Amino acid sequence: MSRQQTQRLAVILITAVAVLVFVPVILVISYVILSGIGTINWEFLTAMPRNGMTEGGIMPAIVGTLVLTMGTAIVSMPVSILAAIYLAEYAKDNKLTRTIRMAIVNLAGIPSIVYGLFGLGAFVLAAGFGTSILAGALTLGIMTMPVVISTAEEAITAVPQQFRTVSQSLGATKWQTIRHQVLPHALPGILTGMILGLSRAAGETAPILFTVAAFYVPTLPNSIFDQTMALPYHLYVISTQVPGMPLSIQYGTALVLLLITLTLTLLATGVRTSVRRRRDW
Amino acid sequence: MTPTRRSTALLTLALLFTLAFSAGCARPSDSVDAASGASQRAIQNKGSDTMVNLALAWAEAYRAQQPDVAIAVTGGGSGTGIAALINGTVDIANASREMKDGEIEQARAKGIEPVEHLVAIDALAIIVNPANPVDRLTIDQLADIFTGRITNWQELGGDDALIILVSRETNSGTHVYFLDEVVRKGDSSIKDIFAPQTMLMPSSVGITSEIQRNPHAIGYDGLGYVTEHEKLIAVARDAASTYVLPSVQSGADGSYPIARGLYMYTAGEPTGSIADFIAWIVGPAGQQIVADLGFVPLPQE
Amino acid sequence: MTTVQTPPPGAPSRRLGEVIIEALIVLAGASTVIIVALIFIFLLREGINTFLDIPLRQLFGQRWYPIEGYFGLLPLLVGTALVTVGAVLIAVPLGIIAAIYLGEIAPTWLREILKPLIEVLAGIPSIVLGFLGWVALAPIIQNLGAPTGLTAFTGSLLLAYMALPTIISISEDALYAVPKEYRDGSLAIGATQWQTIWRVVLPAARSGLVIAVMLGIGRVIGETMAVLLVTGNAANIPAFGPGMFFSPVRTMTATIAAEMGEVAQGSLHYNVLFGIGLILFLITFTVNWLAARLVGGNGARRSRGGLL
Repeated sequence: MSRQQTQRLAVILITAVAVLVFVPVILVISYVILSGIGTINWEFLTAMPRNGMTEGGIMPAIVGTLVLTMGTAIVSMPVSILAAIYLAEYAKDNKLTRTIRMAIVNLAGIPSIVYGLFGLGAFVLAAGFGTSILAGALTLGIMTMPVVISTAEEAITAVPQQFRTVSQSLGATKWQTIRHQVLPHALPGILTGMILGLSRAAGETAPILFTVAAFYVPTLPNSIFDQTMALPYHLYVISTQVPGMPLSIQYGTALVLLLITLTLTLLATGVRTSVRRRRDW
Repeated sequence: MTPTRRSTALLTLALLFTLAFSAGCARPSDSVDAASGASQRAIQNKGSDTMVNLALAWAEAYRAQQPDVAIAVTGGGSGTGIAALINGTVDIANASREMKDGEIEQARAKGIEPVEHLVAIDALAIIVNPANPVDRLTIDQLADIFTGRITNWQELGGDDALIILVSRETNSGTHVYFLDEVVRKGDSSIKDIFAPQTMLMPSSVGITSEIQRNPHAIGYDGLGYVTEHEKLIAVARDAASTYVLPSVQSGADGSYPIARGLYMYTAGEPTGSIADFIAWIVGPAGQQIVADLGFVPLPQE
Repeated sequence: MTTVQTPPPGAPSRRLGEVIIEALIVLAGASTVIIVALIFIFLLREGINTFLDIPLRQLFGQRWYPIEGYFGLLPLLVGTALVTVGAVLIAVPLGIIAAIYLGEIAPTWLREILKPLIEVLAGIPSIVLGFLGWVALAPIIQNLGAPTGLTAFTGSLLLAYMALPTIISISEDALYAVPKEYRDGSLAIGATQWQTIWRVVLPAARSGLVIAVMLGIGRVIGETMAVLLVTGNAANIPAFGPGMFFSPVRTMTATIAAEMGEVAQGSLHYNVLFGIGLILFLITFTVNWLAARLVGGNGARRSRGGLL
């Protein structure tokens, strides 16, 4: 076979593989949308489940997921942003810094079920919070840290050095420079990381299995020490543990969860693209 | 708007929206809980997956009668419920098997005296795919199948195909009951265990789904979970006895060899709303729900 | 003219506030190390009895049946290994070739559509994929002739797609990092685009591609919900041969998820589950450590699990 023929064949095969990779994604999402859209109406989203959860809505699971997501943000945002500031502005190239970076890479790689175990051992049992929103938010929070720290760090280092030098040459201290000159310009990038991390946290089941998730609670949570239902766990139980559960409800729940995580993911991508485009430096 | 201001606006909007949504939804139930003087906290009811739909039905029906008593129901398996009782994190543990001596000891070691309440009876059904020609088995044959001594349907008069074993998880009371009464034939000196290729499904739905899909699968579950899409196997104590199909009748009169009690365990004698709830369950209203769901009601004296 | 700065009024409190903030910043940085250490310590503390109370021979036994005291980890290790190997065999070629497509062949407008699509894939929750695998994929696999649809292969297929975003984006970085001059030089002496890719770009990007594979492996090993739903959860060591991918298996992650709820705290079963968690932690730690050794860099992408 001539080189030109090999070239053409290679391009065809590579494109074919790309189709094999990308087309199923579209197929899967369309399939969930088509199968689930019929179930979604105002009642489904706002009513409590009835009749052994085979009727009614999934409102408590939706609220639970939103509450846990907010909790994750509260837990991980401050620490992660401060840690990113440390890495970007204060860290020197020494062993401590390398250890910190190594730790972050490791945190990113720890399996979600191991986070669940840690959450169980540390927050539910040792700290005595019991299965609660608090334990769940803490577990999800530390799981989200790596994503937020690394995107925040990138966003901060992307701010041109001139901003800092000019600010400090005008007499501002290091922290004042960071707070007034660097952070505001890094905020969109930091936000991207946050939203992306939250979209992961919203979709995770393993970390909440033993730390907060409940099969059925008749009321919405009143305090952070309560258990709550949550969408990923709800999808898990209704698809495997409730006989006679209509498939339509299963697909509807899957779709709601998918829409929430997808919206957050696309929001993060959108913010990042618009920031990159608008950047005037 | 600068990127920063826009981002901050987005974030604030998202937070406000979430807060409003949660607050708006929380208000109705908040007022209900505020009105109830007696039980501020929901009764925590956890355990057997076999019983979870029953427990849910009881909780919903009881709530309709006594609106100020909230009952939170979770599954996870009999083992999960009993462990929670031992750990002190649950008020009522549902179990489709009796507590083992070791578990009772563990509870006592933590200062908890478990009290057993029989709340229903369940016939354990053996199910296969409707296309499977085999329709009756003895306990011995079942033991051989589930320990892997018999591996092909041909040996039982069926098709030439590998037997696919489906079971509940080890935390399930149903699983333990099946292990004791079928795999070990009720003989505690036998130490056989399930064949390693047995698939342990997360719950009853897993079993019925696989049976429906797979013409060569065999599984077991509480009668209340069997639908018209699975085929029931008639079971005999031995080759000389009659083969009996599981039903509410045969479970009640004892002709079906593998029927078991469903239990609720409490830490010590129950008091207050928990005691009322359990009393209601064993009464006519609760037992009617038992029958409606396909389980065997307690014999009414 | 003096260049000495006179402190503005109210400065001492500002200085103090700043010292506090800066201390918090350093603390936040160190917290990451503290958290990793804490996780390790907890796993060790709750899991160490596994290795102290159970003789090694039993731990390497072939039966996992904890309620009767069988704590053989071998079936679980084999289960995880089978699913992981299968997923890697599928995802690595697919991922690297897709990265080549994105980096070298796709027109720019298409690239702008496909890259968000990768992040969309990464954003699909694992329980949704597991649910779809359970409800739609398993029946297909069974109809194709497998004894059951719940097999290691079903899990591998799902996991491969879940690992693709990681493999694709890190491979893409690796390919992008190959200097343009390499490609230009190759084309200048008359090589075709494919020859350039195959003989110049890929070898140059080799270490980055290896990292992509390693992080993909890490992603796959750690997945729980998808495998819980589709691999059959049978603690069995399938007979060796190509058919072993089409047998039900039980992974370490699924075991923890399925059994943790039932254990009484402090019991041996509880300890063993934490021991399995410890093993998982050490495996992913080693993979990350090796990946870090292979390439310096600041690992920014790796910290996000290979995205953005």
